[in-house]
Amino acid sequence: MQKSLLLGVEAIAQGAIDGGMSGVYAYPGTPSTEITEYIQHSKQAQQLNIHRDWAANEKTAMESALGMSYAGKRSMVCMKHVGLNVAADCFMNAAITGANGGMLIVVADDPSMHSSQNEQDSRVYGKFAMMPILEPSNQQEAYDMARFGFELSEACEIPVLMRITTRLAHSRAGVTRAAEVVAQNDMKLPEDKVQFVLLPGIARKRYKLLLNNQAKFETASEESPYNSYTDGADKSMGIIACGLGYNYLMENYPNGDCPYPVVKISQYPIPRTMIQKITSECDKVMVLEEGYPVVEEMLKGYLEKEAVIGRLDGTLSRDGELKPEMVGRALGFDVEEGAEVPNLVSARPPALCVGCSHIDVYTALNEVVAEYGEGRVFADIGCYTLGALPPFNAINSCVDMGASVTMAKGAADAGLIPSVAVIGDSTFTHSGMTGLLDAINEKTPITVIISDNESISMTGGQHSSAKGKLESICEGLGVEPEHLHVLTAVPKKRDDLKDLLRKEFEYQGVSVIIPRRVCVQKNVRDQKIKKAAKAKAAAKA
Amino acid sequence: MKTDMVIAGVGGQGILSIAAALGSAALDNDLYMKQAETHGMSQRGGDVQSFMRISDKPIYSDLIPRGGADIILSVEPMEALRYLPYLKQGGYVVTNSTPFVNIPDYPEMEELEKTIKDLPNYVLIDADQIAEETTGSKRAFNFVMLGAASPFIDVPFEYLEEGIRKIFERKGEEVIEMNIKALHAGRKFAEENK
Repeated sequence: MQKSLLLGVEAIAQGAIDGGMSGVYAYPGTPSTEITEYIQHSKQAQQLNIHRDWAANEKTAMESALGMSYAGKRSMVCMKHVGLNVAADCFMNAAITGANGGMLIVVADDPSMHSSQNEQDSRVYGKFAMMPILEPSNQQEAYDMARFGFELSEACEIPVLMRITTRLAHSRAGVTRAAEVVAQNDMKLPEDKVQFVLLPGIARKRYKLLLNNQAKFETASEESPYNSYTDGADKSMGIIACGLGYNYLMENYPNGDCPYPVVKISQYPIPRTMIQKITSECDKVMVLEEGYPVVEEMLKGYLEKEAVIGRLDGTLSRDGELKPEMVGRALGFDVEEGAEVPNLVSARPPALCVGCSHIDVYTALNEVVAEYGEGRVFADIGCYTLGALPPFNAINSCVDMGASVTMAKGAADAGLIPSVAVIGDSTFTHSGMTGLLDAINEKTPITVIISDNESISMTGGQHSSAKGKLESICEGLGVEPEHLHVLTAVPKKRDDLKDLLRKEFEYQGVSVIIPRRVCVQKNVRDQKIKKAAKAKAAAKA
Repeated sequence: MKTDMVIAGVGGQGILSIAAALGSAALDNDLYMKQAETHGMSQRGGDVQSFMRISDKPIYSDLIPRGGADIILSVEPMEALRYLPYLKQGGYVVTNSTPFVNIPDYPEMEELEKTIKDLPNYVLIDADQIAEETTGSKRAFNFVMLGAASPFIDVPFEYLEEGIRKIFERKGEEVIEMNIKALHAGRKFAEENK
């Protein structure tokens, strides 16, 4: 069969479509965004009427996916690793409610922080929730495991976490699709009518069931086609390779002649008998895993009774993603260092686009803030975080989605007045609204700038849940009309913006200023789409 | 048959179209390929790279090891040098000579050119100019670059033409021909100047 050239994330999307999914729920976040985008652009998904609209945040997305599972259908929810923090409340409890229709929770981790604030490992969450975890090592497995994940979820009656990392998410390879597409489930309510009612009395029973099911999940791992034990003659060392770690191991043995026994893990809980075999037969064990030393820590134990090497003892770097040469060195190969980067090469950090509306905001804001003294601008997650870099150096924080509003509030409570929040339109509806309500209820003197470019721009211009709703949301929350301002973010209005900022900085309550202009990238794309549609219409006529 | 190549440039220059043509060429000819790329934050005018691996045997790692690349193909001269740690001994640097200046501390062109010319194996090509001369538009400069790298890529040249045909299928014969012309012009330059 003809192979399709797919990114890891696209392979998951196609696998889920072919695997009988009825709906995907997600909020954009690198490196997970393209899973949902692929489904949104898929004709097959359209024909199958698969739900594929963006959600306001990861929590609402996961809850909707759980609702679809409750109704008996297969659902998928996708997010980046820090998105799972937002959805963690639902995530932890979904392990207790269990699933009815198959539910796949795809979380894309970003070790080395290519596009993130931290490099947390979602397998820790999976273990915390006591949920089965899948960790594909290549694009084909990513495709196959999406379907497999739905089956596993239905067999084990619990949502299944699929953890991927940046390198698999954003790397392409040929993928062979399954010959047949699985039909979607019919709607079917859970047999146990109170399964999803987590009142303490019921939750305690469900939790016991979850504990009792751990053995079943472990058996599934032992029997999984994605876990394997390969024997080797040299028992001086055994190797446990998880997810992408397996690729970096095999890269160092291009002829497939690894002399050591190898346990490949792509499904958790870890397969106990395979682990027992390799630890008892080999003098020591090396663990290769992308992200945190999760498996390594488990095997080593607090008392370090087992001879285990990996990220904890410095055999491999404790932080950052694995690299083939790093693994080669750990295996004792003489690894080429490569030439140095010549000194004349300058750093080329990302920057705000020419003509970006955030530039107008920061230019005006910097001038006015200078009049009050620096250190009072709390920003958020989005393109405008680039305001931290020269030439702006405009912001003093970027922590999590929505933290701008509430950190400004806390700082104002501490006496830093005026305190300013800078947040994007989509980040505001994701997690900024509730913080604004806190400030309104206490009449905290903060100025909130919602820099509205009518799109989720950093991830590629997805539809913003805030579009056309910001003023009514702010009014509804209780922002006083005379302290709610909207203006166009263009260079010739910078003086107007400065005047507004000066005026509102003096107000001893909540002010919201919304400088608005569509993202320049989004604008170009929209014009192209319009032009193409026009040409098509003309051709028809 | 195995080629590992780092494709480099600046976010927005369109290096992924080079990778797409190569990927399509590899897949249609039953070769294995893996291609890792940069998405997200660094796309905003920052440095971007793609690791392209093609082989007749299965490929494991999505990343090329340091000191393992046969070719660095860069559509921008300074970016070519950023990835030198990945070049293997005897590997080729094939780079556009037209700079993309969006930072205040971009190096002096003279010094940059000298550093490139001090490399043991390089092709320094003004892809923008060659694209303009041969096709009347700078737009095809990416495929001038692929052409310039083609003598060092262990894949039959026809495959690359097929790859271009495939990825521009929907854009019509004119666009396909323009890019294939660019491919040939780049190859010719490299053959004469490697």
